Amino acid sequence: MTMTVAVLLACGACFLLKAAGYVLPESVVSGPRAARITTLLPVALLAALVAIQTFASGPTLVLDARVVAVGVALVLLAVRANFLVVVIAAALVAAVVRALGWLP
Amino acid sequence: MLRQSWSVGIATGAYGISFGALSVAAGLSVWQTQALSLFMFTGGSQFAFVGIIGTGLAAAPAAIATSALLGIRNGLYGLQTARFLGVRGPRRWVAAHLTIDESTAVGIGQPEPAAQRLGFWHTGVAVLVFWNLMTFLGALAGNALGDPRRFGLDAAAAAAFCALLWPRLRSGDARVTAAVAVAVGLALVSVVPAGVPVLVAALAAVVVGWSTRGRHEPPLTPPGELVGADPTP
Repeated sequence: MTMTVAVLLACGACFLLKAAGYVLPESVVSGPRAARITTLLPVALLAALVAIQTFASGPTLVLDARVVAVGVALVLLAVRANFLVVVIAAALVAAVVRALGWLP
Repeated sequence: MLRQSWSVGIATGAYGISFGALSVAAGLSVWQTQALSLFMFTGGSQFAFVGIIGTGLAAAPAAIATSALLGIRNGLYGLQTARFLGVRGPRRWVAAHLTIDESTAVGIGQPEPAAQRLGFWHTGVAVLVFWNLMTFLGALAGNALGDPRRFGLDAAAAAAFCALLWPRLRSGDARVTAAVAVAVGLALVSVVPAGVPVLVAALAAVVVGWSTRGRHEPPLTPPGELVGADPTP
């Protein structure tokens, strides 16, 4: 699969899910269980992505500058910083930690 | 209300600059990056797609699956917005494409149907325009930067996922789910191919959500915000 094909397939899948909301009856997600699972699904996916993007380097787990940057990001989120501030601060922190040679 | 729609569009669209930069840092071209913002047009799914496929094309199926799973909520928004939009024919598919956190939130937040429709359309178009504009600028900037690690762009990707997750952690159920997903994801990193740990970790949501033991408390959501929405489209 080339990158472009993957991009278009993913775009198609996301559009079909949006369109489903306009086609399907509301009863498709009836019940507290379905509601809970659909609310928790992004939580699980994003939490796993946070963990992997912070600690994984290919198939191994490493401690590098990303850990410090994510720590700073979490502190900024706790004080309700703006999305862009959080992302840019994390990049700066990791860049500085690497430039100073504290962590790879 | 139109001012609200367009200020939401500008504020949210601005975050597109980080998506553009991170997408080219993950190895996508400027045009592939732009295609995601134009045709996928749902932030969490876009970040997840480039984050996972950045590990290599072998992870493409997992990247597509993860972005789709994150896109399910847009379908749920559509169930609500379809009620007041009253769209038929081709306009229905345009409305579907514009169904994101912000257009839904602004639309639902209006007191009567005419304002709901106006709020939905204006916010959807405003976010689409600015999100794509800033994606393009971010992609060009990312290309100009060169080595992503030197500029901490790998850490910026992790921080972006933190920021997407943060507003969703308001309930006890959510925090338990997140903790289980982190443990499962890290445990599987060296066991299964790249991208698969995230998909397996999604089962944490099914297990916690399915369980009828204990008390499930709905998340405390501030007025005017949607349950499960994040800062991006």
